[in-house]
Amino acid sequence: MNWTTFLAMLARDAHVARRNLAALMTQTMLQPLLFTFVFGRIMISSGLMQSNYKGMLVPGIMGMSMVMTGIQAVSMPLIAEFQFTKEIEDRLLAPMRIEWLAVEKILAGMIQALVAGGVVMIAAWLVLGSGVGLTVRQPALFAAVVVLVALFSASGGLTLGCSVGQTQIGLMFSLVLAPMIFFGCVYYPWSALSHFPVIQTLVLVNPLVYASEGLRGTLAPQYQHMSLAVVVLALAVMDAVLIAAGLNRFNKKAVS
Amino acid sequence: MGVDVSVADLRKVYTSPPPMGAGASAAFFGGKAAGGKQKFQIVALNGVSLEIQGGEIFGLLGPNGAGKSTTIGILTTRVRPTSGSARIGAYDVWREQVEAKRLIGVVQQRPNLDFSLTGREILSFHGAYYGLTSAERSRRAAELLEKFKLTDRADDLARNYSGGMMQRLAIARAMMHDPQVLFLDEPSTGLDPQTRLLLWEIIREYNRSGKTILITTHNMEEADALCQRLAIIDHGHVIALGTPRELKASIPGGFLLRLRVSTGSPELIERLQQLPGVTEVNAKGNEIDIYADRGGQLIPAVVGAVSESAAELHDVHISEPSLENLFLHHTGRSLRQ
Repeated sequence: MNWTTFLAMLARDAHVARRNLAALMTQTMLQPLLFTFVFGRIMISSGLMQSNYKGMLVPGIMGMSMVMTGIQAVSMPLIAEFQFTKEIEDRLLAPMRIEWLAVEKILAGMIQALVAGGVVMIAAWLVLGSGVGLTVRQPALFAAVVVLVALFSASGGLTLGCSVGQTQIGLMFSLVLAPMIFFGCVYYPWSALSHFPVIQTLVLVNPLVYASEGLRGTLAPQYQHMSLAVVVLALAVMDAVLIAAGLNRFNKKAVS
Repeated sequence: MGVDVSVADLRKVYTSPPPMGAGASAAFFGGKAAGGKQKFQIVALNGVSLEIQGGEIFGLLGPNGAGKSTTIGILTTRVRPTSGSARIGAYDVWREQVEAKRLIGVVQQRPNLDFSLTGREILSFHGAYYGLTSAERSRRAAELLEKFKLTDRADDLARNYSGGMMQRLAIARAMMHDPQVLFLDEPSTGLDPQTRLLLWEIIREYNRSGKTILITTHNMEEADALCQRLAIIDHGHVIALGTPRELKASIPGGFLLRLRVSTGSPELIERLQQLPGVTEVNAKGNEIDIYADRGGQLIPAVVGAVSESAAELHDVHISEPSLENLFLHHTGRSLRQ
């Protein structure tokens, strides 16, 4: 394995991310913070929501931000770079097996997802003011869940980025990402779906469900959440499937 | 001594539309696939073998879709061969990709720059991928920017460059890590005549340092001016191979006279064949190609033969020995068709 080349590519991605920092931060933070403000402040202070909703909301928002950031950070550049301009060609020709370029993309996406998760969690906490009630009782488990979520977002981004063409980006948002968010247990716990048993079963294919429930279970265990063993297992299996699918799609796309 | 490049009995059949620029000559839809859908198949290369010696400038000449870009694609790890082998130096391109990639620099037919970066950054990161130190990268980037007359715009994003500038930067990038073998796929597309001459000079200079250069072109002048040896390919086959001089000498007679007459009767063809210096006559309806060892001097005799056959001469075109004529001789088609 040629680490020099790998690290140079990581440096290239970091350089591009730094150049677009303001746009990236806005893209990452604006929507989650607006949600947080509307649901966590306006709805609660007007009495439409109970004040303990704050602690329910933050882990969900954090999970959603991580997933959206990771997916977009990996898929959008890939979609553009695999178009007729073939921008990615110079990296495919670099002296390294091309699978490692896909791995590099996953790693870069994970880093961005982790940064986004941290920034959004802190910002949401600040927006909500007092009484959020988050505690990390099992730091190792929390870290494991966070890393698995980041890995899911980046490998999902790889798979999507290598499957979707430039003309289908709009469709990707409305057909894949929007349902994923709304049925991702971001704004409510999975147990809240018990009145809709069909939906409750169907959403189990949605990885964001495990991300939200896992973060809720490790950050705000006072609320109802799925068993963390199930969460970790499901995320690990989904990560493995998405990495395999993503690498396979990447190879097909890269070599004709 | 430079690094050899070879391909042996190379075949490539695309089962999905080939990438842009990678040629596709004979497309056909084969039998029905299992799902009942028509199976898409394009035979781009049909048994190509070439031995390119280290340190030579070798040209692949042929019309669009002949298989030039596919050959380059396979030699640069970007296209998976259906069968046959491709080697760069001691390495099998497909099995030892990383080792092969270290030896090569590639200029694709379309500028494929990393548009998120500036010109200087593109060169610098490219150097970093090959493990050049930071100091080496800045020095080489500055040299190449100067050589390709891009210094003024070096710190602008490459996406704002003109087509010609992008092409120059793509060539500079391919030279950044000082590769032993340089592949240039139609490098002068989009360059003005002056820049083309600059590029030729840069390629010759690079070759003088012992580097192997493989260039594809459909421009006769370029092939003639630059290449030490040439392969002419068409429909995925090599149809002629040799130095430009050898190839031109292999055209029967050397000169080509293309006639357009009112009626191309067999009698006329026979008369033309018997004219002094004529080696071959090919007729297609009213169009007659005469290969001969002389050009203008033959015209009076041709005019005589035409009027004796009670036909009328509409047009005569004389061309001197050229690769264009060679291609025409082998395929019956012009390179530009």
